[in-house]
Amino acid sequence: MDIHEYQAKELLSGFGVPIARGSVAYSPDQAVFVATELGGWHWAVKAQIHSGGRGKAGGVKLCRTYHEVSDAAKEMLGKRLVTNQTGPEGKVCQRVYVEVAEPFERELYLGLVLDRKLQRIRVFASSEGGMEIEEIARRNPGAIHQIQVEPAVGLQPFQAREIAFGLGLNIKQVSRAVATILGCYRAFRDLDATMVEINPLVVTKDNRLLALDAKMSFDDNALFRRPAVAEMRDAAQEDPREAQASQHGLNYVGLSGDIGCIINGAGLAMATMDMIKYAGGEPANFLDVGGGASPERVAEAFRLVLSDRNVKAILVNIFAGINRCDWVAQGVVQAATGLKVPLIVRLAGTHAEQGDRIIRDSGLPIIGATDLADAAKKAVAAARG
Amino acid sequence: MSILIDEKTRVIVQGFTGDKATFHAKEMIAYGTRVVGGVTPGKGGQMHLDRPVFDTVKDAVKVTGAEASIAFVPPPYAGDALMEAADASLRLVCIITDGIPAQDMMRVKRYLMRYPRENRTMVVGPNCAGIISAGRAMLGIMPGHIYTRGNVGIVSRSGTLGYEAAAQMKALGIGVSTSVGIGGDPINGSSFLDHLALFEKDADTKAVIMIGEIGGPQEAEASAWIKANMSKPVVGYVAGLTAPKGRRMGHAGAIISAEGDTAAEKADIMRSFGLHVAPSAAELGSTVAKALTKVL
Repeated sequence: MDIHEYQAKELLSGFGVPIARGSVAYSPDQAVFVATELGGWHWAVKAQIHSGGRGKAGGVKLCRTYHEVSDAAKEMLGKRLVTNQTGPEGKVCQRVYVEVAEPFERELYLGLVLDRKLQRIRVFASSEGGMEIEEIARRNPGAIHQIQVEPAVGLQPFQAREIAFGLGLNIKQVSRAVATILGCYRAFRDLDATMVEINPLVVTKDNRLLALDAKMSFDDNALFRRPAVAEMRDAAQEDPREAQASQHGLNYVGLSGDIGCIINGAGLAMATMDMIKYAGGEPANFLDVGGGASPERVAEAFRLVLSDRNVKAILVNIFAGINRCDWVAQGVVQAATGLKVPLIVRLAGTHAEQGDRIIRDSGLPIIGATDLADAAKKAVAAARG
Repeated sequence: MSILIDEKTRVIVQGFTGDKATFHAKEMIAYGTRVVGGVTPGKGGQMHLDRPVFDTVKDAVKVTGAEASIAFVPPPYAGDALMEAADASLRLVCIITDGIPAQDMMRVKRYLMRYPRENRTMVVGPNCAGIISAGRAMLGIMPGHIYTRGNVGIVSRSGTLGYEAAAQMKALGIGVSTSVGIGGDPINGSSFLDHLALFEKDADTKAVIMIGEIGGPQEAEASAWIKANMSKPVVGYVAGLTAPKGRRMGHAGAIISAEGDTAAEKADIMRSFGLHVAPSAAELGSTVAKALTKVL
């Protein structure tokens, strides 16, 4: 689960990470009000969307007057911002964050991830902030300092010092950097994050550190025990079909093709989508109906897939283990009544023959398939119409 | 032969009296698995499926001599159940549960390191279909009838794709020694490599098929290990060619977020290390058949 910059700053400052003063605004007037309350002479107005790369897309504006603050907010609010991360549809900006802008001398990068290879939390920092970490890693891997956290005892101050001294900070700055790094780690651990990124982490003339931008992502599997984080979910930043799917316990990812997919098991789903591509077609979605393919579930899956108007054919591929193909077939027949697009069904596993018979006897124009290759070929042909 | 489990392995069920555990324990027993009891804290002393229920894993091991367990424990308690199993010196635990927080698995892996390597509990999963040694024993939720007993090992992240491989092989008259599901999570109890090492040592396994997907370093690590250490042919397949970057495709671990994470990159890496890469998911069985002709 992702959250906005302003939420990440709120959470992290609770763990002692220093941030500039700022507040959220939902209208140009509010943005001006926030600027007056904050005081000072310069402010950053930032679009709050779940995406990086906002600056290049016009989502970050530095303002010197209340007029500029109002204009910036007016330009961003209610618009879809397209960044190099959002995809062509972009994401809607419903709030801006107005923050005091102060001069700084250095831009650093600080990130934490749960490293899959090490199976540990890894903290990494670079003295080249303000740039994407992949860019830094590519151009100058030696500039990245990293340490791994020992799960048994957690991040230790000496490790944070190692990073801070490695960044060439002076002793006043080092102690503040240590507090910042430890704060980010504790937030990561105590909120079940999967990623924390401060880019840039700036150093001011008077040796203060400030997190100028903050990103956090969280482990969906842990939300049950992090209600404060779960509350921060912003469904407007998600594909509405995906939000609906997760409400029904279905796993759905929208794509750009025209062959709708309903499959049990994530691996088989991905493999089926690959088969469609090999056969010359394009999948419209990923959809894992999971282990319990009850008629209600199957019906909901059809509803979801069909809510994508691009869909010209639907491929159902179920390998029933504990689920029985005859039950699945009943669900499919129910859902397929009145269907306006071609439907290709491949059933395998427990009671596959009974399932096939139910499909045939339904009298519905359902195209049966024997194996993966056959199913993909028929689906592609049907979509071509 | 087989790896991990056979008809003699004494198995307990953690979370024994729950609905899911009860259903699958029945199937396992019908398959011939030696289920000797189970654990549900608070129900110790009762009987369930004609077998004793215990309050703790230690109690269960003391009385039944169990060596392995299958755990059907909800996500909030799963990490704890795994550590309890390790503390009771079980040699193997298979954790079916989907939805365990990643940092819990991180701590479980660290906990397992308390024990020297030779005594360390092998954890299979989480978020997996389990383990089956065809015709001998099942520690999982797979449909037993799709496997015939034979000489090919399967190790897979995906459950249903593993079933697909077994079914395609069966149709070609090829049987399975053991099929292991390592699960779909980003931090798992054991990797491809861990099981390939066991298959290499198993006299009856003549070839292995490794079924991967997008996300994570384990296919690449395994491929390098195979080249350096394995005498038996290995077929590889990676699902997720059409997966977009940065999106989680069902499994918590199926996400392209770093270099080397894509299906195309992994297939290339497998090929470069001498694996027979199945060109598509419809050719898992046929690629295994081809690889078997390379066995002396």
